[in-house]
Order: sequence, then C-alpha cells, then structure tokens
Amino acid sequence: MKTGIYPGCSLNGSARDYNESVFALAEAFGLELEQVSDWNCCGATAAHNLNKDLSLALPARILALAEKNGMDEIIVPCAACYNRLTLTQTELRKDPELRNHVSGIIEMDYKGTSGIINVIEWIDKYITPNLEGRIVIPYAHKVACYYGCLLVRPHKVLNYDRPEDPQSMDLVMSKIGAEPIYYPFKTECCGAGLSISRTDIVSKLSGKIIEDAESRGAEAIIVACPMCHSNLDMRRNDINKYWGKEFKIPVIFITQAIGHAIGLTDKKIGLKRHFVDVKIS
Amino acid sequence: MSHTATLTEKDTLAFHLEKNIDVLARKCYQCGKCSAGCPVAGEMDFSPSMVMRLLQTETPANDEKTLRSYSIWLCLTCEMCLCRCPMEIDIPSVMDFLRQKSLKEKKVNPKARRIIAFHKSFLNSIKYTGRLFELGLTLDYKRRSLTLMQDVALAPRMISRGKLHFIPEIIKGRPQVAKIFKKTSKKEN
Amino acid sequence: MARIGVFICHCGENISATVDCAKVAETIGKLRHVVLSTEYKYMCSDPGQTLIKDAIKEYNLTGVVVSACSPRMHEPTFRRACAEAGLNPYMCEMANLREHCSWVHEKNDITTEKAIDIVRTQVEKVKLNYALQPIKVPVTRRALVIGGGIAGIQAALDIANTGHRVVMVERSPSIGGHMSQLSETFPTLDCSQCILTPRMVEVAQHPNITLYTYAEVESVEGFIGNFKVKIRKKAKSLDEKICTGCGLCTTKCPQKKIPNEFEQGMGNRPAIYIPFPQAVPNKPVIDRENCTYYIKGKCKVCEIVCPTKAIRFDQPDEILDLDIGAIVIATGFDVKHADFFPEYGYGKYKDVIDGLQFERLASASGPTSGAILRPSDGQVPKNIVFVACAGSRDPAKGIEYCSKICCMYTAKHAMLYKHKVHEGKAYIFYMDIRAAGKNYEEFVRRAIEEDHVEYVRGRISTIYEKNGKLIVKGADTLLGGQPVEVEADMVVLATAGVANSGAEELAQKLHVSYDSHKFFAEAHPKLKPVETNTAGIFLAGACQNPKDIPDSVSQASGAAVKVAGLFSQDELTREPLVAQVNRMAPPLYSTCVGCFLCQPVCPYQAIEREEFKARDGKLIKAVAKINEGLCQGCGTCVALCRSKSIDLHGYSNQQVYAEVMALLNEY
Repeated sequence: MKTGIYPGCSLNGSARDYNESVFALAEAFGLELEQVSDWNCCGATAAHNLNKDLSLALPARILALAEKNGMDEIIVPCAACYNRLTLTQTELRKDPELRNHVSGIIEMDYKGTSGIINVIEWIDKYITPNLEGRIVIPYAHKVACYYGCLLVRPHKVLNYDRPEDPQSMDLVMSKIGAEPIYYPFKTECCGAGLSISRTDIVSKLSGKIIEDAESRGAEAIIVACPMCHSNLDMRRNDINKYWGKEFKIPVIFITQAIGHAIGLTDKKIGLKRHFVDVKIS
Repeated sequence: MSHTATLTEKDTLAFHLEKNIDVLARKCYQCGKCSAGCPVAGEMDFSPSMVMRLLQTETPANDEKTLRSYSIWLCLTCEMCLCRCPMEIDIPSVMDFLRQKSLKEKKVNPKARRIIAFHKSFLNSIKYTGRLFELGLTLDYKRRSLTLMQDVALAPRMISRGKLHFIPEIIKGRPQVAKIFKKTSKKEN
Repeated sequence: MARIGVFICHCGENISATVDCAKVAETIGKLRHVVLSTEYKYMCSDPGQTLIKDAIKEYNLTGVVVSACSPRMHEPTFRRACAEAGLNPYMCEMANLREHCSWVHEKNDITTEKAIDIVRTQVEKVKLNYALQPIKVPVTRRALVIGGGIAGIQAALDIANTGHRVVMVERSPSIGGHMSQLSETFPTLDCSQCILTPRMVEVAQHPNITLYTYAEVESVEGFIGNFKVKIRKKAKSLDEKICTGCGLCTTKCPQKKIPNEFEQGMGNRPAIYIPFPQAVPNKPVIDRENCTYYIKGKCKVCEIVCPTKAIRFDQPDEILDLDIGAIVIATGFDVKHADFFPEYGYGKYKDVIDGLQFERLASASGPTSGAILRPSDGQVPKNIVFVACAGSRDPAKGIEYCSKICCMYTAKHAMLYKHKVHEGKAYIFYMDIRAAGKNYEEFVRRAIEEDHVEYVRGRISTIYEKNGKLIVKGADTLLGGQPVEVEADMVVLATAGVANSGAEELAQKLHVSYDSHKFFAEAHPKLKPVETNTAGIFLAGACQNPKDIPDSVSQASGAAVKVAGLFSQDELTREPLVAQVNRMAPPLYSTCVGCFLCQPVCPYQAIEREEFKARDGKLIKAVAKINEGLCQGCGTCVALCRSKSIDLHGYSNQQVYAEVMALLNEY
C-alpha cells in the first residue's frame, strides 16, 4: 500500500503549520508520505464557481499524477481540496464520456484507481491504532471539534461520517485525553468562499462558531481544514471587532493536538505560527 | 433518465438545468428549509427557495432576475441546503450553473464585482504558476477590486509567522496547466 | 362438435382506437368451429349482453369468447350472461384485448395481429372447456376483529349489534388504542377519553363480543366463511377470574422504572401494571421482560401482597383455535420516531417532544394532570414551537406521503396550549394547511384568529439548545425566505404516521397485500376501500393509511356492514377453479404415486391424504386429495407433480397446451 499526499496550496503557504504537523506526525509514526509529483492547485471554489470543465480538469490532473506515481491512496489534509478531488473522482467514475472528455483536456490517462482519504481517515487508519503508550501529555481539555462544510458535505458523494453532529474528530480527540463538548455549530459554514471578498460575512459566520464554542466552555476549537483555520484564527481581530468582544479561544489543527499529546515540540508542529496564542498545559 | 426523453427544447433556465445537470426545479415544493438553514440567506436578494421558485416559473423575466441576482454569487457552496432538502435538490450545483451562465451572458450583479474579482485573481494566479501564490493573488485582487487597504494589517503578521511567500512556486507542468486553462476557456466561448 | 361464438368489444374507443376490431372479427370468423364472430361498441352494456345471450340460443353455442377487457373486470358479468342463456358459465372465456394489447401498443397492423393471436388462444382453449359447478361452502357466523383501537371497537360493536358473534384480539393489555392517549379531539375539542371509554366498556360487556387482550394472531388458514385462526393469549401471569383489579400489586412492585408506553415514555410504570386507569379490562399483567422475578428468580412481592392470591408465575401462553367467518383488520398506526432528524435534536433535548407526547402532557389523565410543563424542568413554556411535517413529505429522510392528520392535531395542540397558557406564544411552522373536513378549516381559522396562534410558512432547518433555550431556525417563505429565529422553551414535532409495527408480518399471515409503506392494501382505491384482495378480510381505520377518528369510525362501520352482509347468507358459492388429483378404477385408483411432495408446497394447506384399503383394512395405496374448500387454484401443485396426476379445473394442462399451440401454429 503506497500512500501519497496532496498538500494543496494552502498547506504550502498560509497553512504551513498544518503541513508541518501532518509531516511531523508521519515522521513520528514512521509513515511514508510521498508528495504527488509536480502537483497543481485543485481550482478550489473559484473554478467551480466560474468554469465547470476547469473545476474537473485541475483535480483530474492531480489524480492522474497520483496514479502515475503508483499511489494506492492519497491523503488530502485540506478539506477543500479533499472535497474537490473526491467530487471530481465520483463524477468521472460514474460518467465514462465525461472522463474521456476530461482526459482529453489534461492530456493524461485517468482511471480512477487511487483512493482519496481525508486527514481524519488517515489518522484513524495509521495513527490511532498505534497511539497506545505514545501519549506523554494527555490533551486534558474541553474541546469543540469543528468540521465545517467540506469534510462532510455533500454526504452522498463523500460518504464520510454523518452530516449532522459528526463524531469522527470527537472520537480521535477523546483518544488523546480530550473532552469533546457537544456543540451545534460543528458543520455550520465559516464563510470560507467569501473569505477575502466579503470579510464582513466571514466575521459574522466565523464569530458565531467561536462565540458558541467559547460559551459552552471549550478551551480550544479543533479543525481539520486550512480554510476554517485561517478564518477562525487569522481573522480573529476582524471577528472580535465585528462582535465587539475579545474571543481568545485558540484554533488548533487536529494533527497539532495529536503531535502535542505525543510530545512533539510546539515549533515542530507549527504552533508558533498561529495568530491566536496557543498555550496548552 | 426517462424524464429527459420527453423534454421539449425550451430556452429557459429550468430546461437547461434539467438537461445539463439533471436537476428538476419543479421538484421543489417551497418548504423553505434551504432558506432556513442557509448561512447567507439574510444577505441575499432572493433566498435559495426564492431562486428555486423563480426558476419554476420559466418566464424570461424571472430567468433574467435570477441571472442578475446577487444571491447566486453570495452562495458559499456550503451544501447545507442539499444536506437537508427533503427532495434532495442539488441547489449548490444549480448555483454553480447559474453563476457560470450569468458570467457567460455578462449579467453579473454589480454588487458581485468583488467576489468575481477574487475568483478571477485566484484562477489567474494558478494559470501562470500551477499553484496558488497567495501574495500574488492578494495583490492582483486588490488591483481588480480597488480594495487597497483591506487586510493590510494581516500582511506583517503573516510574514512574521512565515505564512506569506514572496516568490511564487512554479511547477514543471506549468505549460500543461496553461493548456488546461486554454482548452477549458475555449469551450466556454 | 364445438360451436364457438366470439364477441369483440370496442370498449368505447379503448380497444378500437388502436386495434382494427372489424379485421379481428373477420379473421377469427374463419377459424374452425367458430360459428359466429362479431363486434360491438360496449359488450358489457345491456344490449351487448343481450347480443351474447341471443347468439347463444340462436347459434346453439357450446363456447363463448368475449374479447374485451381484463377478466378481473367483467368475467363475472359475461359468465352470468351465459348462464342466463342456459350455457354453463365456465364455458365462457375472456380474451384481454385492452390491458394486454390496445392500452400498451400503438395503432398499427402488428397490434391488430397481436389482438388476433390473443383471441385465437382463447378460442382454442374454450374448445376444451367443460362444464363446472360452483362449490358451496358453509359460513361460520363469527367475526374476528384484530386490534382494539377506535376502529376495531366500532367494527366489533356494529357487527355484534347485528346479532353476530365477534372475537376481538388486542396485543396490548388494554383496548383503546391511540385514541385513549389523546387529550381533546379536533374539531370539537371534546375529551377523547370521555367519548371513548363508554365504547370500551360496551365492548367488554357486550354479550356477543369475546375480548382477548394481551393476545396476538398466531396463524390464519382457510378461506372466506371458513377461517381457522390460532390466537396466542400471552400469559398475563395472573388468574383473571380471581383478580379483582384492586391494584395493590401495582403499588407494591419494587420495579418502578420502566418507561410507560401509554405515557409515551414520559413517566414510569412498575413491572406488574394496568396501562391506564380507564383500561379495559382493568386488571394488571406482568411484563415478564422487566419483572425482577423473571430476570433474577427472586421477588414475588406481588404474589405476597395479592389479597385474592391471583398471581400465577408459571402460567403458560395459551393457544386458542377458533373458527372464524370473516376478519376485520384494525391494527392502527404508529408514529415515526423523530430521531432520524438529527437536526431537530429529538432524543438529545428533553424539551423536543413529538405530537403524541404532547397529547399526554395536555391530557387531564397524563403525567402532569393536563398542565403544559416542559419535561426537562417542569416549567411552563412561555414560547412553544410546533413543527409540522417533521417526517411527512420528506422522501430524503422520512416518508413521501402526507400523514393527513398532523395539520389538524397541530392546530389543536397550539389551541390547547393557548387555552392553558394565556400569556404564552405559540408558533406553528407549516408549509400547507390541509384542513379538508367538516368544520376543519373553521377550526384552523379559530386557532389563528381567536387564539392568536402564530403560523409561519416555512420548514425548520435546525433546532439547538443554547442557555436553556431551544433555538429554532426557520424561514418565512411568505416574506421571500426571510430568516426567522425563535427562542423556544419547548418544541413539538408533528411526526409522520406510519404503519404499525408487525403489520407486514400480520399481512403475510393473513395473505393480504400491503403497500410499500407496509400499510394494508385495499382491493380498489375508490370502489372497494374496505375490502382487501383476500375475500372475507376487511380493513378498518389507520392500518390502511393515516386517518383521523371520524374517518376511522366511518370505515369501521363500512367494514362491519360487509361482514354482516356476508353473515346474512346461509352458504357461500366459490369458484370451482380448483385443483384435482385424478382418480380411476382399481387396482390403479390414481396415477398419483403418493410422494406427497405437493403437500409442503401448497400455500393453503389444501392437500390431504386419501387411503385406499382392502377389506381386511390393509392399506393398498395412499394418494393425494385436494380439499376443494381450501384450494385457491394457484396451480403450484400442478407444476410440481412428478407423475402429472394433478390438474387445475379451468386451466387444465390440455387447455394451456392448446393456447400455446394456437400461437405456434399457422392458422
């Protein structure tokens, strides 16, 4: 079983912390993670908003490259890329005509053989079974696991966890000693699609999520998506201004939380790069 | 699908939706659950269920209203509507389709200018390098949208945290990506 | 020498629009033995039937083929006509030109060709027909009513009052059904129990009604007029004849934490219990699954305290064998639990309840004695939200149909709330108000205009708890989908009405069809709404589809009339289209070799054993024999018989071969 990784643009830039923590975990558990060679951007929201063919062709090139690299599965830590890649794979698998059409555009063969897994599936498969005896600093905090939209919807295509009140992240967090709280905003949208063009909407939507998590006593919001992270963390000043409050709750990638629990340094898992200070005791 | 066999050619949005993405606007019975759960319904000129109603009428005036609406650009594709729709109507795909058509027919709502500027800057960035260059995207977006001062405060903090690259990463398959853009945009016209 | 008459019907234009009837008549007229081939616009009409009758006499016909619609529709009509003209009715066959040809094909030559072929098969078949005599069977004048809700009660009383005996079987410890759980009833707001309880008592006291509660139908065999029914009387673990119903045992039972079914889980009951104070019969049963004695082998407190020593721990289930002439199914409905809507938080939040739970809250005999108090903290809710269609009209997660009763009971709930909490605010989120019924629309208007119930048109997206309030997120679609958020203290979900648990199993026991939602199926959606497609079995109430009380009662009375009509006959006539094992002179007796493989495959247990014995009593041969009273003519045994010893009257092997050969041969 050869597992590849498609980091995507965010992990290469503003979500470097996420990237670092994913690779730090892989290293700590002795997992090979080869990058899809010469990968390109998946096109994100912009492509499917403006141009359907493009929104299929860009992910198709990535998937075709993964196949060429002989990868049986690729982990896609970015929930947005995971969503786009899975949607493309599903559409192309069920419609051979469309697959030929897209193959023509990217000038590469695409068979649809590489599996796509998100970061939690990767953790469930390769890390949680080997967690025993590895936890040195149990993550003894109340946490609000925030899944966002792209990890669980559309449910019929992604077929991952349940679309209302998902549990997979909560389960992983409880395994490292955390106490996941019930909270109704788990899958509400943070506004990512408009993160730069309508920052007011982002402040409003992200603020609701933060306010609710904080009011229920959560000490951290756990995420698995760089979009969610940048909205909840990097945009915190805007959010606080919009709401007239001082929200202090840190936003932590699930990979960082695990990394911390098994004793990796804050630097190694990118905790120093956050806008909202993270102090885990 | 059997229902497509009986479709009669009409130049209405509902017809094109059925033909191109297999979504039947007439299945909607206006329960409003989509509007109730939509995070941006309050900002929209027509809430999602209203958009579906406009489509159902299949009149040129209402089709025009739909394509010129701000709603289709505000939609975040968060998929909450589809997730809870009792009739499983794929509204996110409807929105995608409407955006593309609105753009092609140059009917974009003036208020959506900045949203489209962002999308275009985004695609432009990857068109030339293959991967997103966040600084480039931001600068290009500011140029397009004339929002020069927005988020300026973020930049130094991003730099100090190593989150902003100054030089774009350029992939080897750049010509290939450029070709993908060329081929897909040609089809558009 | 066969003399066959063929009558081709146009069925108005139903057949003639696609089939060239004149050509069919002409072609068929040339066939051997066909002495008359004619066409007419409506064969089933009076002149049409007269045409056939006259022809039988004039041409001295020995067989008739009516080429028209499905035999399901008019075979009895034409067979009767033949009988009136002196021809044995079983010498008449129908060729189905409508359902099998004209309705399903375009108008062209091939369609007409097919029509000719269909008629030819029947001409060849009818040549081999032979006269059959109807089978007469006696009628057992005792009805079985399954289910003791309002529909079953009504049906039982109506039948009993015509002077016939009724056996009522109810699986729970008391009759009364869902109606006994309701607070008030729409549109009159009269108290449900006040109007129901007298009926329940009447059932118990009626000399013609035998009531078995805590009992279930185990098996049903036989046929109309002659059902053999096995009833399992579950052990109540006490001697009902001795028990006085004093209830002392129920107060002393140490096991007190069992969720009370009658209160929809909003209260507890002991292991030995009477479901509710007005229960009929008003005697307890021991719920063995939850009784400490049956679980741990120790306790017996009830036995110790019982003043009449009525407790019987080792009482076995009892099986009763009953002869029954007609059956009324009145097993009612269930409410679909709302936990498949995770976005509404049913099961997670105590103050999100369903409609039936609200009925118990509003009921004077309920857990709060009729006060509307929220289950979580017993406070009076200041803001209450009712969510209509929480399950209905939702093919994605619920059911696609409209449950029919929810619009009205939701209006009633809001009204009851407003009558009890004057300063409170009641919202109903709805999509359409379906208030078609006598005084129903007026009732809804009253809720809106007089009781100031706030109707908001839009479906709720999600409900979550925050700071002790339930945040209900909806939209007002009449204001273009404007978001609406209500901070509610309590939410009531109008969950869908679905088929009762066990309906499918019962339908299979009774050989009655049911629909994809597991509701019992009526024989005809318009003209036979109380009949099932199994003769002698009728439907009453919500076991057919969700119904309100007036509809259930009406249908129950309808079913009762059907049963009374059946019982008014001295004997029933059955179609003689049954299987027969051949018989011949000794020493062979029959070609049947007595393997009896046919016995287990017969769905109706109609195959018996016949023994031929010598004078000294020694067995010469055992062969199969069909019980004509039980045989339904399905033909399974015919297909299975290895020695080809069984044949089916009206569909003999020879006749079927003749039909097939007609299609293979040129004409």
